[in-house]
Amino acid sequence: MELLSGGDILIRALTDVKVKHLWGYPGGAALHIYDAIFRQDNLNHILMRHEQAAVHAADAYARATGEVGAALVTSGPGATNAITGIATAYMDSIPMVVISAQVPQEKIGEDAFQEIDMIGVSRPTVKHSYMVKRPEDIAETIAKAFYIASTGRPGPVVVDVPKDVTDPNNKVAYKFPEKVKLRSYQPTTRGHSGQIKRAVNLLISAKRPVIYSGGGVVQGNASEQLRALAHRLNYPVTNTLMGLGAFPGTDRQFVGMLGMHGTFEANTAMHHADVILAVGARFDDRVTNATERFCPSAKIIHIDVDPSSIAKTVRADIPIVGPCDVVLSDMLDQIQQADLQIDEPAIGEWWQQIEEWRNRHGLYTASRYEPSEGENIKPQDVIKTLHKVTKGEAFVASDVGQHQMFAAQYYLFDKPRQWINSGGLGTMGFGLPAAMGAQMAYPDANVACVTGEGSIQMCIQELAACTQHQLPVKIIILNNQALGMVKQWQDMQYGSRYSHVLYEDSLPDFVKLAEAYGHVGMKVTHYDQLESSMEECFAMKNRVVIMDISVDQHEHVYPMHVAPGSMRDMWLSKTERT
Amino acid sequence: MKRLISVLLENEPGSLSRVVGLFSQRGYNIDSLSVAPTEDTTLSRLTLTTVGDDHTIEQITKQLNKLIDVVKVIDLSEGVHIERELMLLKVKASGAARAEIKRSVDIFRGQIVDVGQTTYVVQIMGESTKLDAFIEALGDAPILEVVRTGVCGLMRGEKSLKV
Ligand SMILES: Cc1ncc(C[n+]2csc(CCOP(=O)(O)OP(=O)(O)O)c2C)c(N)n1
Ligand SMILES: [Mg+2]
Repeated sequence: MELLSGGDILIRALTDVKVKHLWGYPGGAALHIYDAIFRQDNLNHILMRHEQAAVHAADAYARATGEVGAALVTSGPGATNAITGIATAYMDSIPMVVISAQVPQEKIGEDAFQEIDMIGVSRPTVKHSYMVKRPEDIAETIAKAFYIASTGRPGPVVVDVPKDVTDPNNKVAYKFPEKVKLRSYQPTTRGHSGQIKRAVNLLISAKRPVIYSGGGVVQGNASEQLRALAHRLNYPVTNTLMGLGAFPGTDRQFVGMLGMHGTFEANTAMHHADVILAVGARFDDRVTNATERFCPSAKIIHIDVDPSSIAKTVRADIPIVGPCDVVLSDMLDQIQQADLQIDEPAIGEWWQQIEEWRNRHGLYTASRYEPSEGENIKPQDVIKTLHKVTKGEAFVASDVGQHQMFAAQYYLFDKPRQWINSGGLGTMGFGLPAAMGAQMAYPDANVACVTGEGSIQMCIQELAACTQHQLPVKIIILNNQALGMVKQWQDMQYGSRYSHVLYEDSLPDFVKLAEAYGHVGMKVTHYDQLESSMEECFAMKNRVVIMDISVDQHEHVYPMHVAPGSMRDMWLSKTERT
Repeated sequence: MKRLISVLLENEPGSLSRVVGLFSQRGYNIDSLSVAPTEDTTLSRLTLTTVGDDHTIEQITKQLNKLIDVVKVIDLSEGVHIERELMLLKVKASGAARAEIKRSVDIFRGQIVDVGQTTYVVQIMGESTKLDAFIEALGDAPILEVVRTGVCGLMRGEKSLKV
């Protein structure tokens, strides 16, 4: 049997779990590991410029591919810098393993240089964590970490590795476990057949149904099953912010995103629904508005692989614990086999009603904002142009703010994993490293980072890593000269008292900034230039391009839930309310 | 409502902190907690008492089950069960009070396990309410120290919490 040092074992084990890219940043406690990386070429290490970005990139790589993302950071500040990234992945249930180096075991507890209790600090943000105590345990721990991260409800796992465990002078036998088994962890693999039967019966008898699908459908690779079921039933489908793309954005049955900034038709249909099929969604507060006024006449079927998501905020009439793909195809099978028929006349009427809502206040059918003109570029039009120029096929990684909501509303995602955003934690700074993660996974694809002039400055340093690793992402800044989303709330709730949302002429020249990093910078101030500039931008296949687009500084994101209220209580513009 | 929840936990470093952390992170109370390894030393048995409505307790048990180190969870208060808690109590005992305290200890079927010149150490075992009642019964006698183990419990009958 081969004898290897702990450092070598770690890297070997990572390749044995099929890791191709490891996003990281070195430091003292990680030196042995980095030396092991130097001496091999199976694993591609990507040196980022900040650990937060390394973790975001690993996370986005996982979101774009469905594989487990992997990141490596040093102890102390490296580990604490990683926390925002880990928490971001945790909130969105992303499979990821973060390896943090740790001070040698004999120093633990002594407040040694760059010591931090990573297991303790990361605890509320991980699915699980391990500290490895002996080189003999590394391979098995890595195998377990990847198994836990990727099964059941996915999530990040931290593996903390003290420096002595990777000592090059201590060599032990390498053995990668063939199978991982944990007596205390057995994720559900099928839904309860009795519950599924009840659900099918309820669903088929619905008169005003809505299918409400979330990130679980994307992460659980259940989009195909969702599409098949929805088309068989001819029921309307709404996606959460995390679920966009799980059902095609351009499908006739798609009524748009729901929730705080959901469409009028999606939110109103939810409110009036008699049966809601919630799948891979968690009735998050950004979806439901006030839970006690949530969808008063609806019976709820809730499918989720995580039992604790069911009945957490809203009670479910028929809970089904199980993976979305398996449960949805079981439901479809039952419907097909028994040749069950929907209530055609009722569903016909329901669609008529929905079309009426769509035509009245729809995001895509009615005019929801003043059109762009001259120097007044509307942020919505930037996203529509992006959709047009990239033929709706780009990976869109977003930051957090108004630009994120405009991207979610107006880029009609037809495929799952195309839309990559921090929904649960809402982490500004996510966008650029996320775009890099997607670009690494799909080198030939168009990858856009839709961002604001605020958010982009939170991980701007990664422009350098884009150069080093040839990641030609396109950065689309919707520059409204403000922390727009916060400003919108200040407009709506604080009498437009703009407390610390403006920069007082301190914004950098993004064109020069791009150039300083060796990239291309473009400034767009006139609507007439928008489409042609964007064409030009995406034509530069191998270049990172920053498009600094001046957009209307006064635009708000609508619809917006009136809180506290029900799903149908919305502001539709600065002056109209439902 | 008061609930008694029993957890079978991998006896791993940090597993207890995951349970305790879960409670503070999600805003659940822990009123008492007792934990020790079982006959199988790879497992710990943890018993905790908490207060919450049905919805909260459902979430607590689900969230506990979600922890990777948790092997099994049972809400003992759902069925017939035995619960016990041990209390040691140091009380000022001099003069006439000495006999008075002794009488109370006997009534509660406790023991005096240490006798000082002016103090007793009393041991009482039983359900928490009995321990509370004993403290009540001491009346004016000055209590110097109280230590309680927290509640532990088992289901009655054939059923058991096993891997
Ligand atoms: C790390 C972090 N800090 C603060 C916030 C709060 N926040 C949410 S949106 C927003 C403004 C974002 O500004 P910008 O990136 O310019 O986007 P805009 O809303 O203007 O489109 C802020 C500060 C956050 N989400 N994340
Ligand atoms: Mg802005």
